[in-house]
This record gives sequence, C-alpha cells and structure tokens, in this order.
Amino acid sequence: MPIPPSLITFLVGMALVLAGLWLGQNVSLLPVDASVNAPVYDELFKVLFSIGSILFIGILGLLLFSLVRFRRREGDHSDGAPIEGNLPLEIVWTAIPAVVVLFIGIYSYDIYDRMGGMTPLNDHSAMVHAASMEASATMQVANAATSEEPRVWGGIGVRSDKDILPVDLTALQFAFIFHYPGANITSGELHVPAHRSVELRMKANDVIHAFWVPQFRLKQDIIPGQQTILTFTATRPGTYPIVCAELCGPYHGGMRSSVVVHEPDDFEAWLQKNSPAPPPTASVAQLDVLPVA
Amino acid sequence: MTIASPQDLAVPQPPSGQLQPQGWLRYFSFSLDHKVIGLQYIVTSFLFYLIGGALAGVIRTELVSPMSDFVSRETYNEVLTLHGTIMIFLWIVPVVNGGFGNYLIPFYVGARDMAFPRLNAVAFWMIPPAGLLLIASHFITGSAQSGWTAYPPLSLTTPAMAQVVWIISVLLLGGSSIFGAINFIATVMKMRRPGLKLMQLPMYCWAMLGTSILAVLSTPVLAGTLLLLSFDIVAHTGFFNPTLGGNVVVYQHLFWFYSHPAVYIMVLPAFGLVSEILPVHARKPLFGYSTMVYSIMAIVFLGLIVWAHHMFTSGTPPWMRLFFTIATAFIAVPTGIKFFNWLATLWGGKIALNSAMLFACAFIVNFVFGGITGVALAQVPFDIHVHDTYFVVGHFHYIVYGGTVFVIFSAIYHWYPKFTGKMLDETLGKIHFALTFIGFNLCFAPQHWLGLNGMPRRVAEYDPMFTTLNQLSSVGALLMALSTLPFLINVIRSFSHGAVAGDNPWNALTPEWLTTSPPPVENWKGEAPLVAHPYGYGQLPSAGLPVDQATGQDVWTGS
Repeated sequence: MPIPPSLITFLVGMALVLAGLWLGQNVSLLPVDASVNAPVYDELFKVLFSIGSILFIGILGLLLFSLVRFRRREGDHSDGAPIEGNLPLEIVWTAIPAVVVLFIGIYSYDIYDRMGGMTPLNDHSAMVHAASMEASATMQVANAATSEEPRVWGGIGVRSDKDILPVDLTALQFAFIFHYPGANITSGELHVPAHRSVELRMKANDVIHAFWVPQFRLKQDIIPGQQTILTFTATRPGTYPIVCAELCGPYHGGMRSSVVVHEPDDFEAWLQKNSPAPPPTASVAQLDVLPVA
Repeated sequence: MTIASPQDLAVPQPPSGQLQPQGWLRYFSFSLDHKVIGLQYIVTSFLFYLIGGALAGVIRTELVSPMSDFVSRETYNEVLTLHGTIMIFLWIVPVVNGGFGNYLIPFYVGARDMAFPRLNAVAFWMIPPAGLLLIASHFITGSAQSGWTAYPPLSLTTPAMAQVVWIISVLLLGGSSIFGAINFIATVMKMRRPGLKLMQLPMYCWAMLGTSILAVLSTPVLAGTLLLLSFDIVAHTGFFNPTLGGNVVVYQHLFWFYSHPAVYIMVLPAFGLVSEILPVHARKPLFGYSTMVYSIMAIVFLGLIVWAHHMFTSGTPPWMRLFFTIATAFIAVPTGIKFFNWLATLWGGKIALNSAMLFACAFIVNFVFGGITGVALAQVPFDIHVHDTYFVVGHFHYIVYGGTVFVIFSAIYHWYPKFTGKMLDETLGKIHFALTFIGFNLCFAPQHWLGLNGMPRRVAEYDPMFTTLNQLSSVGALLMALSTLPFLINVIRSFSHGAVAGDNPWNALTPEWLTTSPPPVENWKGEAPLVAHPYGYGQLPSAGLPVDQATGQDVWTGS
C-alpha cells in the first residue's frame, strides 16, 4: 500500500522541526557568557537559530528536491503544468511567516526588556548623575549653552538597585581611558568586580567609537557631543577583550583593550593597590600603558 | 511625449542614421538606442566590478595574517572605502537598473525606446567620469578613508580633498540613478503598447517601477546630506560637526534614509530578473503573479521606514528601536512570499539545469540565508552584539553578492543570446558557477562566526585566534576571483565562436524574444507584438502565444 503524500509531508516537517530544535540547542556559535545579559541573549540566539535552521534546511531541501525530481529529461521538450497560482497557498505562506515574525518580534522585545533596553535613562538618571558630570565642562559648547543638564543617551543594560560602580570612559583615537571617580584611578584597562552593576559613562573626544565586549554581548557607540550611559553586570571572572567596533581611523583595528572581571574581594584589593597617593593631581601619571597599535 | 503609436515611430528618421556612428563605434558614442545604452551600462559596470574585485583581493590578502602587514593602515581604509563605493554605486546599482532595465523595459512595454532617450544617454554618460574621478582620486589626492558610509566626524577629519572628490563622485552617480529612475517610471506608465494592461506586464517591469519609486524618493535625500557634509568640510559649517554644535546622529538618519532603500534598489531588480528567468527554464508560468506584484509594492513601502535598524547602537530612543525592529522584520513577509512563489514556479516544471538556472537557484539559497540572518539582525538585542562586526559583513554579502550578483550572472547567461545572437558555452558556464558558488560560501559563511565571536568589521588587524577562519575566507575570495576567468573567456570567445542562437533559443514568450537576435534598431521590424500572457507556458500555442498579433516579419512563430 503506498504511503499517502500528506503523511510523508507531515513526517518530513516533523523531522525538520526536530532537527532545527536540536541544532539550536546543541550547536554553540557564541563565545563564553560573562555578564548578566549574556545568558538572556543566548536564549534569544537559540530561538532564532532554531527557526532559521528549520526555514533554511526546509527551503534548501525543497529546492534540491525540485531540481532533481522535476529536471528536464533528455528529449523532453514539453512544458510543465500551466498552474498560475493558488490563493489558499498564498494565504498560508503569507500568514505563517507573518505569525513567526510577529512572535520573534514580541519575544525579542521581551528579551530586550530583560536586558534593560527599555530602562528610561533619560529621566531620573540624568538628574542623579548631573552632579558628577565634570564632563559637561569639556562637553560641547552648544549643550552647555542651551541646556542646564546635558542630555544623556541610554544604552542597553541591566541595573541592579544596590550600589552601582560608576566608571567614566573617554574614547579617543585610538584608546579607551577609564577613570574611577570614587577612587580617583585612571587606567587604560577596565577592572570591574563580578556581580555588581557597573555604570559606564561614555564620551568621545574626536570621532565615533564603540565599546564592545563580545563576552558581555553588549555594544554601544561612543558619540562625540552626546554622553552615553551603558550599564552591565559581569558574572564570570576573567579577562575579556574590549573592541572598538566603529571605524575611527587608520589604527581602528588596533584600538583594543581588556576588561578584567575580579572576584569582589580581589577588586577591592586592586582598588587599594592602585589608588593614588593623597595629592590627586598625580593621577594622570598613573595611566596604564595605552594599547595603541 | 505622448503615447506614440508604433506606426508613427516606425518611420525611420534619415538624419540620425547618418550622424550617429554605426557598428561597434556606437557603443562609444552618445547613442540614444536603449539597447546600446543598456549594454554600455553592463560592460562599463563590469569593468568597475573587476576593479572593485581587485580591491576586495587587497582586503582579503591583508586579512590573511592578523597583523597589518600588506598595505599601510591608511591605504587599507582607502581600499575598503573604494571597494564599497565601487561595488554599490558603479557595479550593482548601474548593472541591474541601468543595464538590464534599459535593455529590457522598452521590449516589455512594447515600446521602440525609453520615454526620454537623451536623458537616458546623459544618465549613462555621467557614470564613466564619476567612476574615473573616484579611482583617479586615489592617485592624485589619495582617496576617502571613512568607509562608504562616510560618517562624520571621521569624514570631517580625514584628508578633506579626498572626501570632497568622493562626495562629487557619489553625487554624480546618484544623479544618474535619479535620471534613470524618472525614465523608467515614465516608460512603464506612459509608453505601454496600446492594449497592454499593467497587470499583463512581465514582473521585471513591476520590479523596476518599485525600484525607481524608491530611487526617486530617497536618492535626493542622500544628495542633500552629502552636500551638507561637503559644506562642513569645505566651508567649516557645523551641520554634523559636534564641536560646532552639529549632531552626528542626524547624518546617520539621513544617510540610511537613502542607503537602506538602496539595498532594495539593488535587490528588487534582481528579484524581477529572476522572475523572468525561472519560468522560461522551468517551462511553467510564474506562480502567483498578482501576489508578486503586491509584495514588490509592500517591500517598497516597508523599505522606506526601516532605516534606523542600522543605528541600534547609536543611542536611539527605545520606542524608535522597537518600531524599526518590527518594521524591518515584517519585510521578511513580502520577501518570503516572493521566494515561496519561485519555489512553486519550479515545482512540477521541466527544469533545464543550465547555467542561467543554476545561478538563479543559487541566488534563492544564498538570499534565503542572508534573509534569515537579516531577520535576526532586525532584533535589537541580537543586533547590539553583532552590529559593525563580520557577522554583518557576511550578512550583506549574502544579500548583495549571493543575491544580486548571482542574478546578474544568471541574467547574462539568459540574455547573452539576445544581446549577441550567439550562445554561451555551457561547460565553461558550469565551471564558472561551481567556482563562484563554492568560493562565495567559503568566503562569507565563516565571517558570521567571526562576527559572533568578536571580530569587528573594517579592521586591518585582528585577534590571532581568528587567523584560520580568515585564511579560509581568503581562499574563498581567491576562488571567486578565479571564477571570473572562465566567465570572461566564455563571453569573449562566444562572441565570435559561439553557436548561433537564433531568435529564440529558450522558446520564451516575453517580447524581447519575439524579434531578431540581436534586435534591430527600434526593436521590431514590424508592429510591436501584444504579449498578454508573458508566462503562458504549458498552454496551447493559440492561447499562450500571441501569434495572431505578432505580425512582424522576424517574429518567432514556432511552437
């Protein structure tokens, strides 16, 4: 007895979905996760990878099957069947992708919310940190002239309510310079404690740069004329690269640094060790070696 | 110009025949023949493609090792800027719009020429000077170093003369694109043969109509933006200069308002060409004609409101990120409809596995892959990680190379017999296909992993952990470069030694095949045929073929 085509289609479809889910769960293409954001991001990635695999393998399979099954045989000069369309079919392949895309959109919105992307940074945080903005003195003429408090642009980032470690980041051609206002440390390398929120207040002196830590799954452009805030919480101690991701000039590829995630105690020790002697003006000399080129 | 009936236009005009150069010289002249202009576009942009490809070779050679050791860092940035600009503005946009558009659109609407033949020639002749200016600038002033996006403040601080020359060149090319687009809209809307309805037009006409609407709406915005940028550079105004109170993010909005639709200006015509090629070689009607038309128009509309997805890391407000995520992801719906319709066109056909068909099917595979990564990139949290990395480089090469360039090759295999009257060699064609397909995937697939794991784009040096995959990618690039050789040999050799094609080697039904190969000036010796069923395959000849209306002396009347 021949197997009905609908059953074959169903079985192939099931196999495809299972294969896609398996790929999404078992193939890891991402670097190690080292921030609170990263596992949330990886969740989204798995879903997108599964759906993408199902679609791609399905379409590739259908195409290859058609090319083999319906190839023109030697000496056959006839035409195919004159089928010009099929409305129910069109409705199906309009509706299903629309639902899938809508699902992905809503799901990624949820992920984005959990990653802190919808936090309204422009309102209260701008006020809270207005005092600490010695940056505003060096910031743009227009900003200083037109508004009392410079506009702060929010990047993405989860913010815990307990104590936040503020760090000022100045990006210039071709280095990142980190300044710890509390401890008055200036460094070319970012040191942060694990499990404590870090608030990076970023400004650029010359052109657009971008702060990217692949293991944190976070990136934010650093834009001249706009102070930007990026909040993150590291989870896994270790040393990870900081990469400039926006073309900023000839040495763009060399504009790299590292972020060192310490255990909280080790971080306190690092702070103690690197805090400058009482005259704070010496802090500039404390600059670590800048990773130029 | 009003709708000219074919009888009026068929009267030859003696003066033009004597003043215009004849023979091969007309390809170097200010010819008004749409077929000559189309081929001028195709050949000129192919020469620029070879230059852009050589620049890509420089990039991939530099990236074989993690150090910056092949060219200087400044030169590397010049090379990547030129590569992007040439490939977009001098290769893909001119060839799929100006090239095939000029050659095919008058045939498809049943006209003797484009609506504005002189404007058409002007549009073409803006391209060689603009391209030569861009390339010559490299040897005179040095070329721009700020990428094809020319984001300020970088474009304000890199050598000014080079950036200004780049702006002038892009303005000329943009002007050419606008002139072409106006011409296509006028031709499709106003030059149709009497009796030919809009919904009977071959799909490429709809694709060109949509593309031209996009070009007319968005290119002027780019022109204005680049003018303001040049004021910032030359006259030290402060539109985009933060130290003078300007705003750099505004530039990004204006730039992407053109440059995202530019993606559709590059792929929509390719969609149209595929819709012409697949039915002919699968011997089946194009599946779902009207949904294809609606999805083109949906892509045009959505394409205009998605630009800020290029700026998710630029400090855009949350609501804007949400809106542009959803709008971008929804483009997948009309695009998906087109791909499902193509698959349905193939289903149950009699598919000839020739070079044209293989390139067209590889386009489907590549573009679906690029589309899937595109939907992922539309999601803000996903994009935050991979924005400005090699993941994006891989993604857009799957769209513009795996998508459009594969279609260009497919189209050349399909229409070369019409252009020249000679067939291309199938063996060389299949070697070309295999090398291109393997090389392309080897070059660009690994780049997705590189981007996910920490390699930013536009760098001359990178973390040594990425060396192996970069070398693999460079091997792929080498295969792609080699694949050009069998193609060039084929195209040049077949011109003199190829098998004679005859008027209609594919037994196609669209109007360009219902005349001689190559077609005469003004396209048909007699009256233009009325093709009401451009995809009427598999029907009785009397129903599918407009034999009774196609009265020209050389019109194909076989079965």
